[in-house]
Amino acid sequence: MTNFFTQTSGHAVPVVDPGPADGVFSLLWLVVALPLLGALVILVGGPLTRGLTSRWAHLLGCVLPIGSFVLSLAMFVSLLDREESERQVGQHLFTWFEAGSLEVGMDLLYDPLSALFLLLITGVGSLIHVYSVGYMAHDERRPRFFGFLNLFVAAMLMLVLSANYLGLFLGWEGVGLASYLLIGFWQHKHSAAAAAKKAFVINRVGDVGMSLAIALLFVTFGTTDFTGISAASSEATEGTLTALGLLLLLAACGKSAQVPLQAWLLDAMEGPTPVSALIHAATMVTAGVYLIVRSNFIFELAPAAQTGVVVVAVVTLLWGAILGCAKDDIKKALAGSTMSQIGYMMLGAGLGVAGYAFAIFHLLTHGFFKANMFLGAGSVMHAMDDDVDMRHYGGLNKMLPVTFLTFAMGYLAIIGFPGFSGFWSKDKIIETALADSWVVGGLAMLGAGITGFYMTRLMLMTFFTSRRWEEGVDPHESPKVMTIPLVVLAALSVLGGVMLLGDWIVEFLAPVTGVAEHHEPPLPAIVITLLVVLVVAVGVALAWFLVGKQEVPREAPQDVSFATRAARADLYGDAINDALVVEPGRALVSGLVTMDRHGVDGVVEGGSAGVGGLAGVFRKVQNGFVRSYALSLLAGVLLVLLTLMAVNFA
Amino acid sequence: MTEYIVLSAILFTIGSVGVLVRRNAIVVFMCIELMLNACNLSLVAFARQHGNLDGQIAAFFVMVVAAAEVVVGLAIIMTIFRTRRSASVDDASLLKY
Amino acid sequence: MTFWILAPVMVVAALGLLFVRKAVHAALLLAIVMISLAVLYAVLEAPFLFAVQIIVYTGAILMLFLFVMMLVGVDASDSVVETIKGQRLLATLGGLALGVLLVLALTQGALGAAVGLEDANDGGNVQAIANILFSRWVFAFEVTSALLITAALGAMVLAHRERIAPRETQADMAARRLRDYAERGTHVGPLPPPGVFARTNAVDTAALLPDGTPAEASISRVLAARGSVRAVPAEDVEQVRRQIGDPAARPEGGGKSGATASTESDRNLDRVEDDRGEGRP
Repeated sequence: MTNFFTQTSGHAVPVVDPGPADGVFSLLWLVVALPLLGALVILVGGPLTRGLTSRWAHLLGCVLPIGSFVLSLAMFVSLLDREESERQVGQHLFTWFEAGSLEVGMDLLYDPLSALFLLLITGVGSLIHVYSVGYMAHDERRPRFFGFLNLFVAAMLMLVLSANYLGLFLGWEGVGLASYLLIGFWQHKHSAAAAAKKAFVINRVGDVGMSLAIALLFVTFGTTDFTGISAASSEATEGTLTALGLLLLLAACGKSAQVPLQAWLLDAMEGPTPVSALIHAATMVTAGVYLIVRSNFIFELAPAAQTGVVVVAVVTLLWGAILGCAKDDIKKALAGSTMSQIGYMMLGAGLGVAGYAFAIFHLLTHGFFKANMFLGAGSVMHAMDDDVDMRHYGGLNKMLPVTFLTFAMGYLAIIGFPGFSGFWSKDKIIETALADSWVVGGLAMLGAGITGFYMTRLMLMTFFTSRRWEEGVDPHESPKVMTIPLVVLAALSVLGGVMLLGDWIVEFLAPVTGVAEHHEPPLPAIVITLLVVLVVAVGVALAWFLVGKQEVPREAPQDVSFATRAARADLYGDAINDALVVEPGRALVSGLVTMDRHGVDGVVEGGSAGVGGLAGVFRKVQNGFVRSYALSLLAGVLLVLLTLMAVNFA
Repeated sequence: MTEYIVLSAILFTIGSVGVLVRRNAIVVFMCIELMLNACNLSLVAFARQHGNLDGQIAAFFVMVVAAAEVVVGLAIIMTIFRTRRSASVDDASLLKY
Repeated sequence: MTFWILAPVMVVAALGLLFVRKAVHAALLLAIVMISLAVLYAVLEAPFLFAVQIIVYTGAILMLFLFVMMLVGVDASDSVVETIKGQRLLATLGGLALGVLLVLALTQGALGAAVGLEDANDGGNVQAIANILFSRWVFAFEVTSALLITAALGAMVLAHRERIAPRETQADMAARRLRDYAERGTHVGPLPPPGVFARTNAVDTAALLPDGTPAEASISRVLAARGSVRAVPAEDVEQVRRQIGDPAARPEGGGKSGATASTESDRNLDRVEDDRGEGRP
């Protein structure tokens, strides 16, 4: 194992060292190509053939990601067969572009990290595709929806498979585009169109960080390949590395909806529910975590940037949790929860070598249970005539038994009920955080308690308490095509913890993330676990007494505490953005307009008016009388004569 | 010979003032002819001064060009008179600001 | 000696060019200047130019001026009022300055004794000029011929008037007259000649109508406009009436009818007059 590491300042910085792609790995490109083909056929072929593809577009859209999943599974199995030192595979497809000393190849890198992401994206993605067949059955633009979904899957796979930052950026922008298209899929709704635009614009802020980081990487290392940068990262100055880390953090904040670029995620729930499940819960929003884990060779050498990651993560995990407590919209409550859980992942990623594996672990389990719960919420909405207000739900556990049971599995997983997947992953992150700092660990634990509160509140308001349905709503269980993915995801939510058996995931990811020196936690591990469970139990009990024991009003009460009002207003995230960015921008622009109108235009128009006025005076000379012109001619002659004489006699 | 040159200068000046003050196009034209003739006088005088016939040749060419100019100029005056019923140069002052 | 006699004449004539009001006078003054110039050319040993100045300049060009002047109107004279503000003052000042400057400049340098043209004119002035003109200056000479042709063409184009309506034939005119007579009762025949039945058979005396009143239409409009129409003496009219035994000699009766007849025919004749006015712009 020593050949993988360069020892610097006590940290192990891993070096990416891919071997050639042979055997089943030679089909690596097909993993990306299949969904891309689907997107092309559906999005380009559909209009070209005047909708001939629309009958089987959803089948094609399902089959191709499933094909990618099968390939991923086959490659994963053969990866497990290999020696640990040979588990990095690179495939060079073609030279993308070259300019001067910059040569960027379309290179793919298959290593344990991307292997897990591949399974998550294609696996959960396929399930959500299948679910969408039922969920979007009545939408006449279903083919287009599947085209966008396939485009998203292809871009996301490109993001995690690329062997250099530019390829990653290609996928990064691709998922951003797909996210924009899918949030605004129901573009006839003004709110959906606005939400799509908001997501796109805020993501651009993060993308600026990304492109600056890539430029800085190229300037510093002369390459954008993970291989080259990881080998040379210790040669760069710490200032450069810190700048790189902070720029990458900015990019991650944009994509993963971390404070201060968090405002778009809750609005993004305007998209169809499968989109929320796939893009805004399981995969795309976790790309920021992937970016930081992938860039561990930079963050390991930039402690200041790591601290920045931790701060952002802690703020976001509390921020998202507080939002989740106040929202009555089931999808927005889940979105707040997503934000909070990504905060946990970022926290893990910010803790360095010790936390990377747990961040990815939590990312995977979260992908399972959050996708499960979003799809469950979609099933509930399906039953309640697309009503998203939890105050109009209640007592649905008998009406939607499958949805209820699968949702309950997700619920138990997210609050960290012992034995469920979320329990293992969250517990490990809190444990690592406590080992790092009391404050961070304590806040993470507090977040777990709030998670217990808001998820219990959501659960109670939806499936228990009195029935507060709208007139004429007749809840019914969703069709099989929707419930089967729910069952599969619920099973994964329950069993996801097996990845931690014998520290399997930590050792599996070691070639990418490095091996942590063993830190003794300040308390025994069992004590920490008990503490976390206790805090969560307090949160659950609080919810039980505040929500379950009381009558839930159909209308949201208005005379509430300041904290509730703030949480309902997204903790004034939009107001802060308005005050900090939008209003100054407007003021700047209107100032510039005023300056342009009065300053620049004044000079230009004043100049032309002056010239015009002067010309108005001078044009009187052109009075049309030949004799006047002759007089000026005479004056000229006199001038010439005088000059001649002056020169001659001087 | 200076007296010839001075006479030529005086005639030229009178001609130029005539162009400036007279309004009848034909008289203006005559003043122009006067100026040309004044030049011719100095050319011929200089020819004698230098014992060289080139001055006389130049005067000869001036006469030819003057003839051509008079033909065209008078035709223009005729045309203007036909349309405007006036031979005053001040009346043809439409081309202005 | 010749110079000192001619120079003041020329200057005065040239100055006259500035002050005379009639264009014809100006042309005559210019003729004086030009002929004097011709004499000076002769004095300056340029006999060829002497001839050309008189033949071409005075004889042809100046006559062309007079010819155009006749076409434009002999009596067209400048008004005294200056239309452009300050033009006359500025022109005078500018002219004086130019004259003073030129004279000053020319009198500064001494020319020295004249070489004279005896050598150059050896074998005749005309032959000498021809030698130079057709050798050294032949190209300029040819170009001048092109210039003259162009000028002639230009004058023709400028003086040409395009016919925009078909030429009116005599038949057309007769038809028009009769149509006018049919529609408006215009007089068909020619206008009455002047002086008929008049004592003085002259163009400035109106013809007398049968009732003895003068017919205005018989007099040229130009004479009428000038006011130089001679009235027919009343006793002559009376005498004529008596000779033809006109009832108007007797104060009552037929006089009335005669007066009516005369007014009627007057009206017709007036119409003829009007038509002529329209026909000749």
